[in-house]
Amino acid sequence: MSVFAFYLFAISAITGGLFTVISRQPVHSVLWLILAFLSSAGLFVLLGAEFVAMLLVIVYVGAVMVLFLFVVMMLDVDFAELKAEMAKFMPLALLIGLVILMQLVMAYGAWESAHGAAELMANPITTEHHNTEALGLILYDQYFLLFQLAGLILLVAMIGAIVLTLRHRKDVKRQDILAQMFRDPAEAMELKDVKPGQGL
Amino acid sequence: MIQADLNVILPELILAVYAMIALLLAVYSTKDKMGPLLVWSTAGLMALLALWIAGSGSGNNVAFGGMFVDDGFSRFAKVTILLSAAAVLVMGQDYMARRGMLQFEYPLLVSLSVVGMMMMVSAGDLMSLYMGLELQSLALYVVASMRRDSVKSTEAGLKYFVLGALSSGLLLYGASLVYGFAGTTKFEGIIQVAQHGEVSVGLLFGIVFLISGMAFKVSAVPFHMWTPDVYEGAPTPVTAFFATAPKMAAMGLFARVMHDAFGNAVSDWSQIIALLSVASMFLGAVAAIGQTNIKRLMAYSSIAHMGFALMGLAAGTVFGVQAMLIYMAIYVTMNVGTFAFILMMEKDGKPVTDIASLNLYSRREPGKALAMLVLLFSLSGVPPMLGFFGKFYVLRAAYDAGLAWLAIAGVVASVIGAFYYLRIVYYMYFGEEGDELDRNSSPVLWGFLMASAAVMVLGIINMFGVEGAAAAAAATLVN
Repeated sequence: MSVFAFYLFAISAITGGLFTVISRQPVHSVLWLILAFLSSAGLFVLLGAEFVAMLLVIVYVGAVMVLFLFVVMMLDVDFAELKAEMAKFMPLALLIGLVILMQLVMAYGAWESAHGAAELMANPITTEHHNTEALGLILYDQYFLLFQLAGLILLVAMIGAIVLTLRHRKDVKRQDILAQMFRDPAEAMELKDVKPGQGL
Repeated sequence: MIQADLNVILPELILAVYAMIALLLAVYSTKDKMGPLLVWSTAGLMALLALWIAGSGSGNNVAFGGMFVDDGFSRFAKVTILLSAAAVLVMGQDYMARRGMLQFEYPLLVSLSVVGMMMMVSAGDLMSLYMGLELQSLALYVVASMRRDSVKSTEAGLKYFVLGALSSGLLLYGASLVYGFAGTTKFEGIIQVAQHGEVSVGLLFGIVFLISGMAFKVSAVPFHMWTPDVYEGAPTPVTAFFATAPKMAAMGLFARVMHDAFGNAVSDWSQIIALLSVASMFLGAVAAIGQTNIKRLMAYSSIAHMGFALMGLAAGTVFGVQAMLIYMAIYVTMNVGTFAFILMMEKDGKPVTDIASLNLYSRREPGKALAMLVLLFSLSGVPPMLGFFGKFYVLRAAYDAGLAWLAIAGVVASVIGAFYYLRIVYYMYFGEEGDELDRNSSPVLWGFLMASAAVMVLGIINMFGVEGAAAAAAATLVN
């Protein structure tokens, strides 16, 4: 049963990935990508990593892909034209791709790991912790330094995005919180009795 | 455990926390008026940290389960990085401020990038290596495109970003292959299994991909194509920064990975690095000849210099690493002085980068012209200057390691390269009458130019003790 499930998820993941690249409509590409993500989530479940599977569904399918869809719909890019541009370089790209493929075949064909590497890599999650606990132990204990560094990298990304895009415009009306708080209701509004047909 | 770990990374911690506090202060106060103040305080803090690391650091300290290594090698690299970053920040302050580019984020991005560089040279694990590298590069991409209204600056940032992402991909792919071979990402684990004679094709591919990724960061040929465009497009103070601290960090990282992780298989990678070195030296020397823009010229010059530094690494010996460290320290000092001069090149208040504008510069400003002459002689490796000794060390290291052909190629390349440095000297002393540059007399820039030139002359007595420090640093890395 689990073998069947594995092949099902694996094939649908590959199909999704393939059609993401070759489909003509960018919106279709995004939808195919969602299929690829969902299938990979299934593979994670089969591996016993339920938490990662759920994260994949919630974060990638739920948030990132929706964002992608919006970006694809908002951007006015002529994808057909882009593809025509790409076609010019296709022979060269194919040649380079072929060379890299040959090299990889060479690398993996004669693949051998160091003695004892397999034991080091196999089954890193112990059975006495459940998924989230094991992840927490790795992230906040073993990889504490890396976790904090990742935070710094995100901070730099944030500062960078603001530095490169924020422009201070003089004509924008800004909220003045203090002025709002010290606003006196008695002076804020004045009632006038307007006679019909006269105006102010 | 965590207390002891945090003590080891205290310098990085202080700099990172400083950057965050300063960011908050600047955001909630007068914004861009904080720029000059933050430049000075950041530079001051970096200089203090450098003194502290140089003075109090001792022994081999490992933190976070081997992910962070604080040894003599990393301390040497960190002191160089911190001092050069501080110098470049101070040098560029006036230039940026007068052109309205001194946003308060600039010194903070630089200091976060320096945190990344310090992580890089202290990496003890493929993952912490990558994190440090990304922190450093991401901040550099942003400062490269700091001048938002300039097409060239934006292009520089974008080009650097796209190609940098590609090189990160190569590096990560190599790291995954190495992990697949060794079963661990820690250098101390990899070095035990990556013995000479047991290196499989797969691991070799991993090493090649790792080297490609790192060669991009040091801009070695054939991964150099971004360098001239980025150097030309970025604001000059940022270019000065690119040419100094990140180069030292990337070379430090390069040496650390090759020796800490693959130190038992030197003969497997030394040929690859020797090839990168030869290609960089020749391309840097030949391509610079046709340049008329001094920033592009410095880009090709830095490619050639990285070739020489890689020569020390290709030797694969303790002396080779020592030679590389000495070379980098001298290179960084020379570049600080040279860029101080370039920052002073102005006409009607606008920066000028055309070499021909230096016509007969010596008649108007003999002192600065003489200092620049000393620096250019040193850059090209003319004997009495310090730059010659840097080249001498790496050539000897290569020769001692049995790479005589590499040493000979180095001598030939440095003779070719001398042509374009001397061409600037020719313009300054024997050029034709032309438009004059402004008489810029910024005392800070003048001071850095003169100090750097003085180091190039006086350093030949005892190299200010760098030689001994580099030897001790190299001994901790290679064993």
